[in-house]
Amino acid sequence: MTASILTVDDSPSLRMAIRIALTGAGYSVTEAGDGSEGLEKALATPFDMIVTDLNMPVMDGLTMIRELRKAPSMSGVPIIFLTTESDDAMKQQAKAAGATGWLVKPFVADQLVKIARKVLGR
Amino acid sequence: MNGQDPVAAFRVEAAELLDQIEQGLLDLGHRLDDRELVDEVFRGLHTLKGSGAMFGFDALATFTHHCESAFDRVRKGLVPATGELVAVILFAKDHMRALIEGDGAGLEAAGDTILARLRAAIEGAAGADVPAQAAEDARGGWRIIFRLPPDAMANGTNPLMLLDELRELGEARVVARTDAIPPLADLVPTRCHVGWEVELRTQAPKSEIEDVFIFVMDDMELTIEPLASSVEPSPAPQPELPEVETPTDVAAQQGRPTARSGEHVRVPAERLDELMDRVGELVIAQSRLSQLANGGVDVVALRSVSEEIERLSGELRDTMMVLRMVPVATLFGRFRRLVHDLARETGKAIDLVTEGENTEVDKTVVERLADPLVHLIRNACDHGLEPPEQRFAAGKPAAGVIRLSAHQAGGEVVITVRDDGRGIDRERVRAKAEAQGLIQPGQPIADQDLLQMIFHPGFSTAAQVTNLSGRGVGMDVVKRTIESLRGSIDVSSASGEGSSVVLRIPLTLAIIEGLLVRVGAERYVIPLAAVEECLELSLEEDLRSRGRSFITLRDRLVPFLRLREMFATGTRPDPYQKIVVIATGAERVGLVVDQIIGNHQTVIKSMSPLHRDVGTFAGGTILGDGGVALILDVAQLVAIGQQQEERLRAAG
Repeated sequence: MTASILTVDDSPSLRMAIRIALTGAGYSVTEAGDGSEGLEKALATPFDMIVTDLNMPVMDGLTMIRELRKAPSMSGVPIIFLTTESDDAMKQQAKAAGATGWLVKPFVADQLVKIARKVLGR
Repeated sequence: MNGQDPVAAFRVEAAELLDQIEQGLLDLGHRLDDRELVDEVFRGLHTLKGSGAMFGFDALATFTHHCESAFDRVRKGLVPATGELVAVILFAKDHMRALIEGDGAGLEAAGDTILARLRAAIEGAAGADVPAQAAEDARGGWRIIFRLPPDAMANGTNPLMLLDELRELGEARVVARTDAIPPLADLVPTRCHVGWEVELRTQAPKSEIEDVFIFVMDDMELTIEPLASSVEPSPAPQPELPEVETPTDVAAQQGRPTARSGEHVRVPAERLDELMDRVGELVIAQSRLSQLANGGVDVVALRSVSEEIERLSGELRDTMMVLRMVPVATLFGRFRRLVHDLARETGKAIDLVTEGENTEVDKTVVERLADPLVHLIRNACDHGLEPPEQRFAAGKPAAGVIRLSAHQAGGEVVITVRDDGRGIDRERVRAKAEAQGLIQPGQPIADQDLLQMIFHPGFSTAAQVTNLSGRGVGMDVVKRTIESLRGSIDVSSASGEGSSVVLRIPLTLAIIEGLLVRVGAERYVIPLAAVEECLELSLEEDLRSRGRSFITLRDRLVPFLRLREMFATGTRPDPYQKIVVIATGAERVGLVVDQIIGNHQTVIKSMSPLHRDVGTFAGGTILGDGGVALILDVAQLVAIGQQQEERLRAAG
């Protein structure tokens, strides 16, 4: 069965890039434009994995991850965040919030796909 | 927009981000300690940098990185936000726009200058540091002992997949360490209580093993030691994920088209769905029509299909027009920067208040409104508003207010530029008009007519032409532009209280309601919005007005034009000719036509370049019977009528 991935990013171009990369690798992709939309969609439908930006209007990625992890249905679902921060602080914060892993921007399609395969095993 | 081209999408988005950054900066200029604004600007810069690098805009990413770093320091409270910093970042923002629109060639020097200014403003920007990564070699293989952090499984890490990943590197012998499993009563099922010991036969370097654990490595227990010797220095510190090179394959290599983001319109998906529904229905109606065409003639069925198609095309037209609508906010946003700059240049305190930014107008209209509005706002800032000391003396607040508002009224958008300045100096307008011979000295003239004088070519009442206004673009050009949009412009002013200029613009340029008339054998369309009334030109009035071409309409003389003569139809006039009175603003003119046919939904086709100079016509349209009707240019015709009136006045 196709693994379904939710991508949460306020930048449509990034969402588009992520969608192209992941659908090209055989995943099905759903998009959300900010944290609260991401939260809503993730709680409404089960996803196999979530890829989210951290810096977003309305609800930022950290808050969304924290909220997601409160839901029993989200336990164990991998959440990968995108970051441009080269310092550790952001990674630590996001991991403390419950993120599974991260990807540093800028990235190429292969890197994203590799991470998806890594955490999903398929 | 190409739905599969992230670079094009990025350009559109970057332009919006820049607008957002600019708004944030301008607001920040007024409220330097507003944390939320600082965060907002930072977030904008941050996203721009990240996305820029993603899509191959390296110069942009590097440049923006410096601005972002500077702002990060403000955000972290290390440096206060200052007016100078805001001004520099505003410059930087313009530079970023250039980097997005072009390929960055030849812009390096400009960028460096701005960065130098930025450094001066922030004193020493933070340098980038990318630690080099040390590689380690492996011989034979590795013994890996690991235990995941307790919440790793809940947070989405699956230990079985980590083991699978290790197996992919080579032959692995896995032993589970169950010593830490608590008694059943204390066992938390979502926690990972098991540890593992793996003997891995592989040539893979240590870094590759560490990569398997990259997401959990700093919170977990992990030892990786070579199989051969069990002595290994303490585990290396967690390596940084290597900085990835910019994906040059995305866009950087081929010459990027310098597409301006303005060529795209963002469309809400539901509007597209609506359009799709209509098109679907149209296809069905079309197939019904084909069936009818191939079968016998069934007039009733044919009529029903015809009605169906008529309804659909009407709905399609409406949906399409809505697609082209954009909020005037995009336009108004630009003026905040303009007013900011003008305030700096003139040394006046100016507040720009905008209202009705969500009013939607056809995209083309928005673009063509920009220049006239820039001029009106410049005028208001430069001539309208008094210097602070004069305002103070007049008992007004020191800061002048420019109020820019938009609202929809019927098929029009009304845009008002209002200032609370000194108002138009009627004496000076009068003196100038007399000097130019527009009116006779001492001649009585209605106040509204006097104010209209400012729209005459070459008319500028400013005692001295400053850097801001008087750049050769006069109010006459503004008026012409507005009229070319089939709009109208009106000015009102109260001495000492300010002036306001009201623009009325039709919502769309593509389709208009028209009045179809016949002159001689040809048919013409008069934009219905300009039509004030239709009357009959009685035979006696016709004869009486020979040579004068004026009729009296409610005690006012209105000039009229005999279109049959103007267009040299060479036909005899109909016995009962009609006059269609059209108006722009306060000026009116009557058009004598042979017959009024009725309302007509007019799809405007513009004239070929060859005919662009033909003044009397604004375009053409195709009628239901396949014939062509020219659309009359109301503004031009009114102008001709006015000249006629002036000639008559001059002749006494």
